[in-house]
Amino acid sequence: MTDINPTTALTAKDFASNQEPKWCPGCGDHAVLQQIKSVLPELGVASENIAFVSGIGCSSRLPYYMATYGIHGIHGRALPMATGLKAARPDLSVWVATGDGDALSIGGNHFIHTLRRNPDLNIVLFNNEIYGLTKGQYSPTSKLGLRTVTSPAGVIDHPFNPASLAIGSGGTFFARAFDKDGKFLRSILLRAAQHRGTSLVEIYQNCPIFNNAAWDAFANADIKAENTIYLEQQKPLLFGKDQKKGIRLDGFKPIVVDLEKSGVSTADLWIHDETDINKASILARFADTDPDSEGALPRPIGVLYAEDRVTYEDALTEQVRDAQKNGAGTLAELLKGDNSYVIK
Amino acid sequence: MTDSKTTTKTVNVTSKASVSVLFAGDSGDGMQLTGTQFANTVAVRGSELNTFPNFPSEIRAPAGTISGVSGFQLQFGSKPVYTPGALFDVMIAMNSAALKANLKNLHQGGIIIAGTDGFDEKNLKLAGYPEGVNPLEDGSLSNYTVFPVPVQQLTREALKDSGLSSREVDRCKNMFILGLLYWLYNLPYEGTVEMLQSKFSKKPLIADANIKAVKAGYYFGDETEIFANIGRFDIPPEKEHGTYRRVTGNEAAAIALAAAAKKSGLELFLGSYPITPATEILQNLAKMKKWGAKTFQAEDEIAGICSSIGAAFGGALAATNTSGPGLALKTEALGLAVIMEIPLVVINVQRGGPSTGLPTKPEQSDLFMAMYGRHGEAPLPVVAASSPVDCFYTTYEAARLAVEHMTPVICLTDGYLALSSEPWAVESPDNLAEIKPRIHAARKPEDPPYLPYKRDENLVRSWAIPGTKGLEHRIGGLEKQNETGNVSHDPDNHELMTKLRAEKIARIADTIPLQTLDNGAEKGDLLVLGWGSSYGAIKTAVDQAIEKGYSVAHAHLRYINPFPKNLRQILGNYKQVLIPENNNGQLVHIIRDTFLIEPVGFSKVKGLPFNEMEILAKITDLIKEL
Ligand SMILES: Cc1ncc(C[n+]2csc(CCOP(=O)(O)OP(=O)(O)O)c2C)c(N)n1
Ligand code: SF4
Repeated sequence: MTDINPTTALTAKDFASNQEPKWCPGCGDHAVLQQIKSVLPELGVASENIAFVSGIGCSSRLPYYMATYGIHGIHGRALPMATGLKAARPDLSVWVATGDGDALSIGGNHFIHTLRRNPDLNIVLFNNEIYGLTKGQYSPTSKLGLRTVTSPAGVIDHPFNPASLAIGSGGTFFARAFDKDGKFLRSILLRAAQHRGTSLVEIYQNCPIFNNAAWDAFANADIKAENTIYLEQQKPLLFGKDQKKGIRLDGFKPIVVDLEKSGVSTADLWIHDETDINKASILARFADTDPDSEGALPRPIGVLYAEDRVTYEDALTEQVRDAQKNGAGTLAELLKGDNSYVIK
Repeated sequence: MTDSKTTTKTVNVTSKASVSVLFAGDSGDGMQLTGTQFANTVAVRGSELNTFPNFPSEIRAPAGTISGVSGFQLQFGSKPVYTPGALFDVMIAMNSAALKANLKNLHQGGIIIAGTDGFDEKNLKLAGYPEGVNPLEDGSLSNYTVFPVPVQQLTREALKDSGLSSREVDRCKNMFILGLLYWLYNLPYEGTVEMLQSKFSKKPLIADANIKAVKAGYYFGDETEIFANIGRFDIPPEKEHGTYRRVTGNEAAAIALAAAAKKSGLELFLGSYPITPATEILQNLAKMKKWGAKTFQAEDEIAGICSSIGAAFGGALAATNTSGPGLALKTEALGLAVIMEIPLVVINVQRGGPSTGLPTKPEQSDLFMAMYGRHGEAPLPVVAASSPVDCFYTTYEAARLAVEHMTPVICLTDGYLALSSEPWAVESPDNLAEIKPRIHAARKPEDPPYLPYKRDENLVRSWAIPGTKGLEHRIGGLEKQNETGNVSHDPDNHELMTKLRAEKIARIADTIPLQTLDNGAEKGDLLVLGWGSSYGAIKTAVDQAIEKGYSVAHAHLRYINPFPKNLRQILGNYKQVLIPENNNGQLVHIIRDTFLIEPVGFSKVKGLPFNEMEILAKITDLIKEL
């Protein structure tokens, strides 16, 4: 989180710009925007000290709707722009809005490198498993077999697992939430904002136009409980209707257990520890299983991983401060250099 | 201090106005260090100087072969010298490959000092000489003055008690040669002794051995009779009193960015990705944290420029540096900077292309890319540096234009300027132009809404920096409504904005200096119009042409977009305009296009800079035709 400079108490409305969102009716982006606007007042950062940076895509329009500073950049490049901004201005609270195509396809290189450097950015990744703005081509997170205008016979590219990619790249914070689950999303956004370092929140966002119901297996009220697991720090991994199921670790292998039938007690279950990278890596892999398959693992929702590590801009500022410990260099010194000579 | 002079026997010393020397040997022979030391010595003594290193693109090219030859050329003189010399007067050839690779650029009658140990059977074979042929022995060098010196053997003898391994001893042979050259040019070796003492302060044995080698070389000159017939030379130093430093173009560019940041009161941010021959700008700035420089080594050139765009949005003096392939990657983001109208300095150190082309060789072939290499209508200012020292002034000017006109600016240098060096009279902070950022003040609630794209009389918008109350705004790549900056797809607005952006750049012509003549009369037969690193060669050639009585003048462009306002008039003052370029005629196109005149192009695309002889020959031809 950025040093705060609270003025008067703000509300979500204070963060709404005068531009009307142009997303399709029913698009998940509306709900995410709403939660972002509602969480900002809680940070106590004045609107002039916040910047939203984005790439290109439907979701990347988000900065226009915020009454903060903002850059709507070019496709895939939000992260380096945000890194440069944060490096130059560590005092700002910098947010990034990006899509699965923007962040993981054209911006894939920047994605991994940003995560390993760990600048204090809040990345909101709108994952709709499709290219929305360009009208429905498959994306690097689209499921195998998905039929789209560019994959009429079904997608044959193996999809990315954003959580595994993020953790494997040295990311220090990964959380997952749904567009529709407003209250929970808000709490996750708050956690992300409070994380010092790059926080990545993957939001399962529905695109009703080009990939409707992509997340229904996890989002629909009737099956949601069976297919998702809400993570809580230091709590056992419980899920299912009435929390009757749990996850046990057999070595490195996560196993779904039925607490009633198996006789396994909650004490034997996997206790969530978001600071444990090994556990986080296994949790990240849960997303590789298809919810309809035999022994499928539930989809973890919440904070999978959080690590405290120095931020890029802090390390950089520290080096500058160190170089200037005996005073900053003057222009005259700069021009003279340290190898000048005098001709008499 | 005068040790090295007084102990020398009286040998005939001839004064000369200038001399060009090439140190050439295998990459492992330490020729860059030798040349640099020699250059330092003549510079500190007060000579005019121009240096150019020439090394293979492979880090470890096969030893002994032509591709492994590393050279360091320099010209020093009593009067200003603008090039390292078209041909060298003296060539140090540490091995036969060095001789073979460079002989064509040695003056007829020039001096060759050949390290004979590098001309053994093995080396001759590696250099590609037929079996049994040794150029030092077969009379093929009879047009030159050849001094065979068994450098390795003499160094070994001098250091036989040094306690060093034979490998370490052999590595001192470049210092032997350096000492010999000091003797030959009547130069003191004490500066080098000091350098060696401080460089090897933790390795006294190595320091001693190197110092001994320098002295051994020096006294070898004294004692041996082989130089008796030519004697020694002296190039009297005549440089004006003052404080100087020697800079390469890449050093000068880095200093300029840091200086511009200081002068403007902005913080410096450089987002960059290493690429030859531009990398030293990043390396130099990485060392300038004391002046607040923040450098970011990005994952690629796109991230380099985009991080700078972010920093510029945040209110920094932001820059990015690269070479051709990197500039190609930056073009999309350059368009973003154009439409966002934010300040950004892009230094492009040109090299031979297309693609990886000749990565270590200079070329001036990115002019079209700088001028036109973006999608959409995306004009931006283009400036070009003409000498290593001018890399400072032109980069500084690029920063001034960027900040004061809220635009990305491309500053073109090249691999030749980047690595060449010359003395620079240390500049005073007061002499640097003011740089005044157009920063918008905070807005009070009762003030009218902030309009990000409202413009001043030069059509420049203001810079609203995050953290400033009341100026929150969102801008990006989508077309903006005039003044408000809101997204607009209105056809008339797009045309208006396109024209405003172009006009803003065109109006820079009102604020930049008029073009001046570098040399020659205001009217005449021929104008040589140059840009970039050909400056020294053109300057020297035009000097010589004028001396011959030709009616020739020289104008050298710093501003290529927009052109200075009086350029049309200058071009009209001559019967003919000659444009020499290290490309296939790019400025010729632009000049023809802009002024509807038919200049004569003179192309050279060999990965080599022009030399004065080529240009003089071309001038002579043209003058005869007129
Ligand atoms: C350099 C470049 N290539 C391609 C595009 C076209 N393009 C715009 S957005 C987009 C994909 C958007 O998908 P995603 O990032 O998932 O965002 P969404 O629209 O789904 O929110 C593409 C391919 C572009 N704008 N720029
Ligand atoms: S196309 Fe899809 S992602 Fe884009 S705005 Fe419409 S619903 Fe949302």
